[in-house]
Amino acid sequence: MSLPGPQDITRHELDNGMVVLMRDAARYHLSPSVIVAGYLLVGAYDERPEQAGLSSFVADALMRGTTNRTFEQIYEELESVGASVGIGGGTYTTGFGAKSLAEDLPLVLDVLADVLRHPTFPGDEVEKLRAEILTDLAEREHDTQRMASLAFRELAYPQRHPYARSTSGYTETVSALGRDDLAEFCAGGYGPSGMVIVVVGAVKEADALAQIEDAFGGWMGHTYERAPLPDVPRVAEVRKQTVAIPDKTQSDIILGYPGPSRTAPDFLDASVCNTILGVFGLMGRLGEKVRDEQGLAYYSFSRVSGGPGPGPWQVIAGVSPNNVERALASIRAEIRRICEEPVEPGELNDSKAFITGSLPLRLETNEGVAQAILNMERYELGLDYVQNYADLIGEITVERVQAVAQRWLDPDAYALAVAGPPPA
Amino acid sequence: MEKANGFIKTQLPNQLTVLIKEAHTAPVASFWIWYRTGSRNEHLGITGISHWVEHMLFKGTPTFPKGVAEKAIAREGGVFNGMTWYDFTTYFATLPAARIELSLRIEADRMNNTVFDPAEVAAERTVIISERQGAENDPGFLLSEELMAAAFRVHPYGATTIGHMCDLETMTRDQLYTHYRTYYAPNNALVVAVGDFEAEAMLGLIERHFGPIAEGSAVPPVTAVEPPQRGERRVVVEREGHVAYFKMVFRAPTVREPDFFALAVLNAILTGASAMTFMGSGLTNKSSRLYKALVSEGLAVGISGSLLPTIDPFVYALSAVVRPGRTLAEVEAAMEIELARVIAESVTREEVLKAIKQAKAQFAYSSESITGQALWLGFSEIVADQDWFENYIANLSAVTVEDVQRVAQKYFKRSNRTVGWYVPIINEPTNN
Repeated sequence: MSLPGPQDITRHELDNGMVVLMRDAARYHLSPSVIVAGYLLVGAYDERPEQAGLSSFVADALMRGTTNRTFEQIYEELESVGASVGIGGGTYTTGFGAKSLAEDLPLVLDVLADVLRHPTFPGDEVEKLRAEILTDLAEREHDTQRMASLAFRELAYPQRHPYARSTSGYTETVSALGRDDLAEFCAGGYGPSGMVIVVVGAVKEADALAQIEDAFGGWMGHTYERAPLPDVPRVAEVRKQTVAIPDKTQSDIILGYPGPSRTAPDFLDASVCNTILGVFGLMGRLGEKVRDEQGLAYYSFSRVSGGPGPGPWQVIAGVSPNNVERALASIRAEIRRICEEPVEPGELNDSKAFITGSLPLRLETNEGVAQAILNMERYELGLDYVQNYADLIGEITVERVQAVAQRWLDPDAYALAVAGPPPA
Repeated sequence: MEKANGFIKTQLPNQLTVLIKEAHTAPVASFWIWYRTGSRNEHLGITGISHWVEHMLFKGTPTFPKGVAEKAIAREGGVFNGMTWYDFTTYFATLPAARIELSLRIEADRMNNTVFDPAEVAAERTVIISERQGAENDPGFLLSEELMAAAFRVHPYGATTIGHMCDLETMTRDQLYTHYRTYYAPNNALVVAVGDFEAEAMLGLIERHFGPIAEGSAVPPVTAVEPPQRGERRVVVEREGHVAYFKMVFRAPTVREPDFFALAVLNAILTGASAMTFMGSGLTNKSSRLYKALVSEGLAVGISGSLLPTIDPFVYALSAVVRPGRTLAEVEAAMEIELARVIAESVTREEVLKAIKQAKAQFAYSSESITGQALWLGFSEIVADQDWFENYIANLSAVTVEDVQRVAQKYFKRSNRTVGWYVPIINEPTNN
């Protein structure tokens, strides 16, 4: 069995601009289920700052009723066969995913097309959904991880950059959005042009393609003209914010920087560097120092998010409120070390082996394969990318790791958010 | 020994139970070892000990000193982790199939040779306290902990697997080591291997690595039996916040009782198809009865139900997040009306068939990954036996509308329940 690639992924472009990618997994005897995944070129990027949360609200509200189905009918049809469909608004795109038994793929595609093409945003349903979103935002105010993340974004990105805002929005902005704002945003931004849909599972490609053409072929529409997400300047000093949340027992720390986008030439270098810093084994060097040697935290790791723009490169740790300063000192020391000292060749080889060796595991399920195909399309990596991946990682050197660390990280200039109990 | 179609179930002479299943869907294999010890085997003073011992198994042996095992697994591209639950502690690795023997070497070694260095015990104490503090940040954890303590006053299911803070602060290295020596032995363990290998060859590997380990003494039996509940119990948790949470639990049957399947169907009708093990997420539940009665009616913003397979009788739980502006009392009253309905009137055949189809789909999803298949096999064998897993859909399919009404009448009694309210308190904001 080979890695997914041009030999078993088929790609079609429909007349309306939609891209369809498929891989028939039945030949690999996987379970009788099927995964649908994809995205549309619309997101929080297309909302004004005072409308923060609009794109996400619209994505959630699509499932609340169409010209053909009520909210109750949509979920009765899906849940009756154990299927699920979900749509979520991101920063630059709106993603969707669905899962069902293979025999129910026509139903899933029909519902998905219906909610994307014919939503009605019923007033009472919009109000119920608004209450759910506002409740979630109220819960967020007492969640140390989410508040640290919110504060971090405000510190690390310029005020009007889409990454500075929460895609879920804020109590004031979500409260102020009207039903018409939702309908208008949807009409302006939702369309098949640039939309990508991936189907992976126990379904023949020809059948899946015919079902997709049935469901989406007649959809004509436009999307916004949009520029790429803007680059952002480096964080040139220490920017720190503390969020006090009463009645909490642990503090959450996020220290980080705007990082490379998924298409940046040094993204893979950053992935390898990040694996050494905070992933390999039990959370890399950070896990070894902060958790294992010092016993300061249950978790202390790093992640480089990539994505369509300069997504964050962050160190995340949950520590006892008394240990925040000690943990920060250790975290900064590890960042300094990876910037100033070349990593050991053995350490580099370990992380590279992990990244390439874990590929079969990540591609074990239909879901994993669908995600890999989606990324290849979205970031124009080429359908042979997974097959070339080991070579690309293999070329990364000690020098490249140090260079990428110096380009993006800095132990003395960073954004730092800490959310936890107020000082005693 | 049972053998069929790439499946083997057997026991080694040292009483280690072995389950092997071939799966050639991906070039991957998953190896799990399950010990029959968890918070079910604990008591006041040593609550959380199973979980802490699990952490210590990552702290090294003479052959695999600290950090060596996880790095060796990572170098091969594998995943490696451990989990502690009420009824068990389990460790697993999933690797490219050709490398799976590494995992057997690690598990066979640390079953017997974990060091429990006092300095490592001390460092891990603060890590585990930090883990507990993180959990305490979550309103759901706080409410659940209080509620379970009220629902069980004798059985260890009343305590969390993380353990009480005072026990985490005071437990000693020797207590941890004694627990390890008592429960970590072939006769108290189960190994599961699923993946892209030949079953016979895998059995040979298991025999080679685990066969030489001596059988241990019999483990102390869990003697606690929760006495019958004589009336409703209620708890209230008050903390700063803006959102109220409701949770109600009913004493429930074990997986070995036929009522379990009828209750599983009833749960799906009330709250939708939930995940079938302690891991994984369910489907959406917006066509379920409680969603319609509570969320669609504007009293709550979300509801859920949970029926966990356990060795001893556990609880069936119903939860709701109260919509701001509405009250816990309103949510409780609306939930009671729905429960009264399933007691008074039978559900429909269509609702039962829907629950069965949902379970079939969930089964297909959960068996998609090799890791998922190994988890299911081991979990079933721990709480019941592997036949329970094989027959799950058949048993569910046999449930009738009369069965559903009967279990509703039997378990949804006021005297059989414990009710929890999480009441948010608003003080002046103190941001700085």
